[in-house]
Amino acid sequence: MDFKLTPEEEAFRDEVRSFLDENLPPADQRGPDFGAEWNRKVREKRWVGFSWPREVGGGGGSLMEQVILKDEMAQRKAPPLGSCFMGLAWVGPSLIEYGSEEQKQRFIPDILDGKYQWCTGYSEPSSGSDLASLQCKGVRDGDEYVVNGQKIWTSIAMWSKWMILLVRTDTEVEVKHDGITCLLVEMDSPGLEVRPIRNMAGGEMFAEVFFDDVRVPVENRLGEEGQGWQVTISALAHERSGIAEFHGLMRNLERLKELARNTMKNGRPAAEEPGIRRRIVQAETRVESMRLNGMRFLTKQLKGEKLSSETSINKLHRALLEIELGEIALEIQGSAGPLWQGAEPAAENGHWQRFALNWPEVVIGGGTPNIQKNIIAERILGLPKD
Amino acid sequence: MNFGFTEEQELLRAEVRKFLDQNAPLEVVRKQVETPEGFDRNLWNRMGELGWLGLSIAETHGGVGLDFVTLVVLLEETGRSLFPSPLLSTVVSARAIELAGSPEQQARFLPGLADGSKVGTLALLEEGDSFDPRDLALVGKADGDDWILDGRKRVVCDAANADLFVVAFRTGAAPDALSLAVLEKGASGLSVDDWPVMDRTKRLGGLRLEGVRVPADSLLGAAGSAAGVIGSLVDLGATGVAAEAVGSAEAALQITTDFARDREQFDSKIGRFQGVKHPLAEMYVDIESFKSLVYYAAWCIDQGAEDASRAASRAKAYAAEAFARVGIDGVQLHGGVGFTDEYDIQLFLKRSKWVRPAFGDADYHYDRLAALGGL
Repeated sequence: MDFKLTPEEEAFRDEVRSFLDENLPPADQRGPDFGAEWNRKVREKRWVGFSWPREVGGGGGSLMEQVILKDEMAQRKAPPLGSCFMGLAWVGPSLIEYGSEEQKQRFIPDILDGKYQWCTGYSEPSSGSDLASLQCKGVRDGDEYVVNGQKIWTSIAMWSKWMILLVRTDTEVEVKHDGITCLLVEMDSPGLEVRPIRNMAGGEMFAEVFFDDVRVPVENRLGEEGQGWQVTISALAHERSGIAEFHGLMRNLERLKELARNTMKNGRPAAEEPGIRRRIVQAETRVESMRLNGMRFLTKQLKGEKLSSETSINKLHRALLEIELGEIALEIQGSAGPLWQGAEPAAENGHWQRFALNWPEVVIGGGTPNIQKNIIAERILGLPKD
Repeated sequence: MNFGFTEEQELLRAEVRKFLDQNAPLEVVRKQVETPEGFDRNLWNRMGELGWLGLSIAETHGGVGLDFVTLVVLLEETGRSLFPSPLLSTVVSARAIELAGSPEQQARFLPGLADGSKVGTLALLEEGDSFDPRDLALVGKADGDDWILDGRKRVVCDAANADLFVVAFRTGAAPDALSLAVLEKGASGLSVDDWPVMDRTKRLGGLRLEGVRVPADSLLGAAGSAAGVIGSLVDLGATGVAAEAVGSAEAALQITTDFARDREQFDSKIGRFQGVKHPLAEMYVDIESFKSLVYYAAWCIDQGAEDASRAASRAKAYAAEAFARVGIDGVQLHGGVGFTDEYDIQLFLKRSKWVRPAFGDADYHYDRLAALGGL
């Protein structure tokens, strides 16, 4: 057991630190141009798409350097590296693995530059956790696919220029996974309609997307026809050790402690209530276990082994914690808990009330906790499939 | 960066597991606990010969001089097989002597603890049942350079088998004026209670001190200087208990998973039902997670890291809560047979009851974490 960095890794860490010293002013001293400036500088450093091959414009960074970079960034509360969230998370990696030369040149630079957003058309009304049962149809017609059907839970569809879409191109296959094809679709295509979904917290992040004879050129197919499932799995299987989520949760925990110190409950600061104190440090203990689980997974990766179902461990933790932090925050606020933004006693203008209603985005989106438990039980513990 | 064990440590794990599988499977453990001492002295001595009992004691004192991380491997394996022995008690008492004892005291006591010829234990708790050293009430009465003790210690691990007692007591009015001394079995005025324990693989008892004289040369360090050492012993003990719990909980999960794969109801293996799968998956998640916390705490202890107390508290709090659930769910998932003496799962449920309070329960450690973490 040894957490020391090699001299090369230390040098890289120092490089990151001095970059941050020079280019990251404290949050309250950032001007209106800071965001654009930041994006340009980290792009120049090749820190956007840091782990991608250099020949596509990525940074060619090693796994360990990636961890160091993210760690330093998080500690300094730096803005994200790049702004095209889904493009960086899985569209890019899928393109790198399955895209044609032409597709790579057409899309990857824009993803790295954050020119526009991508959205993801996977889930359907009847295909949620059982994604491979999807029905949205793509029928080949000359040099085009004609798409008909519906997608749902498509995050940021209304602000996206492109969508990575899964359609069924073959209904005759024995194994349902085999008849799926991956298409890249422009959101302003004729016949494509986006209808935002209002969530229970009043926000509109998701949308339904309807396809009525939407024509997609064959050149926008990613991978072969019928290969869509592999394209998807390989992108989603760029499994990470979950260390990145640790920093976000830790920041929320610090903020929660602050709330407990500043909020009166039963006539004294909530931070003095034994039940509240224990609940907070219990959550903190779970967060710390996520960090250390992540270190064990990372150790495995550094030894050249692939991660598989064990990453469900941290996904489950994260799901429980997203719910628990909101619950603790409402308990701290006591009688002000059910208030909403605009009500004077609601701390931080209702931040935690919104937090307490927004967890499904994370908890359901990444595969529900019960699905994660099935994965662990079947693939790790070897219990029979349901 | 490597958050894993070395090849040597993995080799040790394989050796220990083989040794325990051969010599102390559960049907043998069930017999060992029926003996007056409750453990097998021959096996204990052989483990001493193999160097396992003195794994983390310095070579100059007859040990092997390895770190606590390596000892965690041994503790996980003894935990896995519910091996009855005073291993952890002896390790903690040796650490007290290493941390605070003079070179003479170390030369006198450590070799016996390293080879297993002596069993040691820490006598800390009292009627107040607090792991916070500042709550200790037993007061030493000064008599020249010696101290006289009158009072009781309770819930002392392996009291009936111990040859050496590291006793904590108060030598002044200030909250931190605490001392540790080594008392030997048979000292005048010292007597031991041996209590029945729910988990028969563990021994617990009490100490009665009636005018027991603590000679000045039995004190570990200067009088009133032991508060910090006691804190370190709690860190070590809590992490050690949690390390044993990793092995025990993994074994309980394995036994229950095997049962679920085998048992049929409603024309199906019960392991196919999500009502059975999900609690098993939860056990797995919890065990892997407190395992990570245990390994990190052990590493912090070896490094003398500032974070050691928090790391130990996290490991023990999570282990106590999670193993308690593993025990209960394990028995429940077995259905009726889980409740029988014949099936082994109940032995693990009982072990979880021993683990819960040992070196501080979850509430104690959460409170300590809150105080150390800015709440």
